[in-house]
Amino acid sequence: MSDPSKPLGEIFPATVDDQGHLVGYIHSFETGAAVDGPGMRFALFMSGCQFRCLYCHNPDTWKIYSGRQMRIDDVVAEIGKYAKFLKFAGGLTITGGEPLMQAHFVGEVFYRVKKQWGLHTALDTQGFLAAHLDDSWFDNVDLVLLDIKQMNPEKYERLTSKPLQPTLDFARRLIRLKKKIWLRYVLVPGWSDDEADVDALATFLAELNRDGPGLLERVEVLPFHKMGEHKWEELGMKYELTDTPPPSQEVVDRVRSQFSHYLPYTLVC
Amino acid sequence: MNAPETTLQLDAWRGFANGDWQKQVAVRDFIQLNYTPYEGDDSFLAGPTERTQKQWAVLSELLKQERAKGVLDVSADRGTSIVAHDAGYIAKDLEVIVGLQTDAPLKRAIVPNGGLRMVQSGLDAYGFKLDPKVEEAYNLYRKDHNMGVFDAYTPDILACRKSGVITGLPDAYGRGRIIGDYRRVALYGVDFLIKAKKAEKAELDDVDFSEDVIRTREELSEQIKALAELKEMAAKYGFDIGRPAATAQEAVQWTYFGYLAAVKEQNGAAMSIGRISTFLDIYFERDLQEGRITESEAQEMIDHLVIKLRIVRFLRTPEYDQLFSGDPTWVTESIGGMGEDGRTLVSKTSFRTLWTLSNLGPAPEPNLTVLWSTKLPRGFKDFCSKMSIETSAIQYESDDLMLPQWGDDYAIACCVSAMRVGKQMQFFGARCNLAKAMLYAINGGVDEKSGAIVAKGFEPITSEYLEYDEVVAKFDKMMDWLAKNYVKALNAIHYMHDKYHYERIEMALHDRDILRTMACGIAGLSVAADSLSAIKFARVKTVRNEAGIATDFVIEGDYPAFGNNDDRVDSIAVWLTETFMNKIKQHKTYRNSMPTQSVLTITSNVVYGKKTGNTPDGRRAGEPFAPGANPMNGRDKSGFVAAGASVAKLPYDAALDGISWTASATPDALGHTLADRVNNLTNCLDGFCGASGFHINVNVLNRDMLIDAMEHPENYPQLTIRVSGYAVNFIKLTREQQLDVINRTFHMHA
Repeated sequence: MSDPSKPLGEIFPATVDDQGHLVGYIHSFETGAAVDGPGMRFALFMSGCQFRCLYCHNPDTWKIYSGRQMRIDDVVAEIGKYAKFLKFAGGLTITGGEPLMQAHFVGEVFYRVKKQWGLHTALDTQGFLAAHLDDSWFDNVDLVLLDIKQMNPEKYERLTSKPLQPTLDFARRLIRLKKKIWLRYVLVPGWSDDEADVDALATFLAELNRDGPGLLERVEVLPFHKMGEHKWEELGMKYELTDTPPPSQEVVDRVRSQFSHYLPYTLVC
Repeated sequence: MNAPETTLQLDAWRGFANGDWQKQVAVRDFIQLNYTPYEGDDSFLAGPTERTQKQWAVLSELLKQERAKGVLDVSADRGTSIVAHDAGYIAKDLEVIVGLQTDAPLKRAIVPNGGLRMVQSGLDAYGFKLDPKVEEAYNLYRKDHNMGVFDAYTPDILACRKSGVITGLPDAYGRGRIIGDYRRVALYGVDFLIKAKKAEKAELDDVDFSEDVIRTREELSEQIKALAELKEMAAKYGFDIGRPAATAQEAVQWTYFGYLAAVKEQNGAAMSIGRISTFLDIYFERDLQEGRITESEAQEMIDHLVIKLRIVRFLRTPEYDQLFSGDPTWVTESIGGMGEDGRTLVSKTSFRTLWTLSNLGPAPEPNLTVLWSTKLPRGFKDFCSKMSIETSAIQYESDDLMLPQWGDDYAIACCVSAMRVGKQMQFFGARCNLAKAMLYAINGGVDEKSGAIVAKGFEPITSEYLEYDEVVAKFDKMMDWLAKNYVKALNAIHYMHDKYHYERIEMALHDRDILRTMACGIAGLSVAADSLSAIKFARVKTVRNEAGIATDFVIEGDYPAFGNNDDRVDSIAVWLTETFMNKIKQHKTYRNSMPTQSVLTITSNVVYGKKTGNTPDGRRAGEPFAPGANPMNGRDKSGFVAAGASVAKLPYDAALDGISWTASATPDALGHTLADRVNNLTNCLDGFCGASGFHINVNVLNRDMLIDAMEHPENYPQLTIRVSGYAVNFIKLTREQQLDVINRTFHMHA
């Protein structure tokens, strides 16, 4: 499915340990996540990301090998401890890092939790690597938390170090696949608060909404915060946004109302 | 509205369904036959009336003065009793429900029967003088509870008390944790109750006079006298409570009078009010149907009752306040739950009671306790979650665990202690320090801080590295020693309390033949469990001082910590809980009481930490323990649900006096929208309850706000947080305790 002309990164090859078990590199997991999809989520944080977003609050997830190698059986068993709870209270969200970097492993986790417990599943991604994956890979994903970090291609690349187009293609593909989407937009003063950029994104979302009515369930505007700054320091990296303040309430309200204007029937929060 | 209406022509029981309750004292029977379950939402609720707002404003000013002075005023001229003081008011023409502990709001009484020593130090600390006649009476003519206990204590008990391996014993003041069935006053009127008590006593006229019978007869006589005093007390406010309550206002007033008599007479550590909301709802429903009152008036009565419950005060010492963070009284009101027949016990008045948090703003008292069941109506669940998110003033306890054990008319005393109302009481036993006991096991009974030999006849561990099996074997023996001394101390305390400071009015509102529990407790469970886990799964090297006492530990490697849903260590915590309970059970308990235990620290986790040296889990000397059954701060790294799952493994069967868990989350961590937050919190409570979790304090707070409140307390007079089975005014905490709260694990999204 991938188009060789596009400058795509690579999906990490499927890895097995010396006893033949499929393994993944896990940054951590969080059992009470409530802002990563509907309800209470088991959030599985995968290691590895090709993006280098300036505001990243989990830079410790960038390098795949900095994660803990875990067997698929153990990861699924850990989720299974909470299956009964997650079944009525929420579900599983795989995030990261960029989970599609370990798409073989992640796809298998989704498959197993669906098959064994019928859990609601969500994938938190920017979609950059998705073109590598067959449509069927998404069969076990109920919801995509899609990060579009900017609508202006140059600014996008400056902000993330990668091009925007694959993400937009992925968004259209999700509509074609009739996948539910929650769009996540991190609002960073000076980087993603420009009125025209937000309008452009909202226009794009309105098109998606026209092509697949009701699939775009939510737009979440996430005000930038610096809770991840200390991690940059710990990793010996320079954090470029030290002097960037969180957005003012006025700006947050303005951006939310821009989205609402184009998407009157979508929950914007 | 103060003047009693002419209700004499009203039949007090008109419209109620007939049943056994008419012939004998049987409040549960009355409730079951007459209450109206409510399965709707909160849309019917009414805001505060003008009278409510004005009254609260008057009181807020007084509360401000009290905060500045510590204690506003003391009636040091007389020992307290049910009838010691004249009527008192906050603002007479604004009060729909009346009655104060003394003749003025926030003026504290003295309770010398509990212990003159505590009275004197309390008075000294706040600059008041004891009337010499009171002093003379206790020095010359009678003894108090405190004096009696110390006459019986052994040198070993004194040593345990001094070192802090046993702490918080109720040997200097009222023991509390007894709930009178105050509803009986409203339903029956006092005359009926006196008759019933006389009949109970007459049944013992023709039996052999054993010590038990003589004691019971004396107690019944005291109860009858106390009931007469209760009637006299109400008469000072212009009410004849000899007859049953005939209207909702009277029902609230009569019930409150019953409670008021108890807090006039006793200064128990926890003076809980029971489970009154749905009982009162029957009267509200009747009055509403008769067109006698409006919703606004119904809410006003509850608001005014709650105002009274917020200002219950006892004279304590500053040390006591420091231990327990402010001056809590644990006026616990248990709300909701399910009935044995499957109907919910939630009524509209369950909503009205929680709604006081909105009408009056949040407050630590009364200690609003929701008896949670996965089967509660969704409307009520979501309302609770919403009030929790807005006020952080509610705790939740599993009705699904308690109903099979105690039936459907139990209430919570203090924080987590369930008891069938009017049919059961407990001998409150505070708690002992398991983490310190483990250090004693390692050091052969020598205290790691003082160097004194506290437990005699034990051999220390001498190896450099701690061996799990050896530590466990020695710890097991040390727990034997601790349980033995602990139960001895409790037996002495409760024998003397019955003798010198008997709860006359509270016990008058009980049946004669009741179940008594001996409520022991443990602190430092997660420290002890993590220490054993470190010894087992990592390597722990001892660091010894010149006397050879292991005063520090070096951990080599990682170990699984309690609070991550990891069976390797969670099973150790379960083992500790069950083992200590079994050791308690080996001993004879006073009045053949049933031994139970709690995993609860109140806020003494800070003081326990101070009194305990470095522990093998890596905790530094003096560092606070986690409260109750909580995982140690910062070690529950897998999130809120995993932490709850670990705590939920502790078996209620081995801790029938309750297992306390306090969880804090930032609002953002519960969801992006209020609807999401409510839904998620409800589901979390269902999940925890469904996993056999017992208790959870829910705090929904921003850490930044707490830090700001430390710096600018004047801006946060009503900031309330849940600590360990109860709530406190954040600004009344000591700085150490404030920091402890701020340093606790906050579940948030990063």
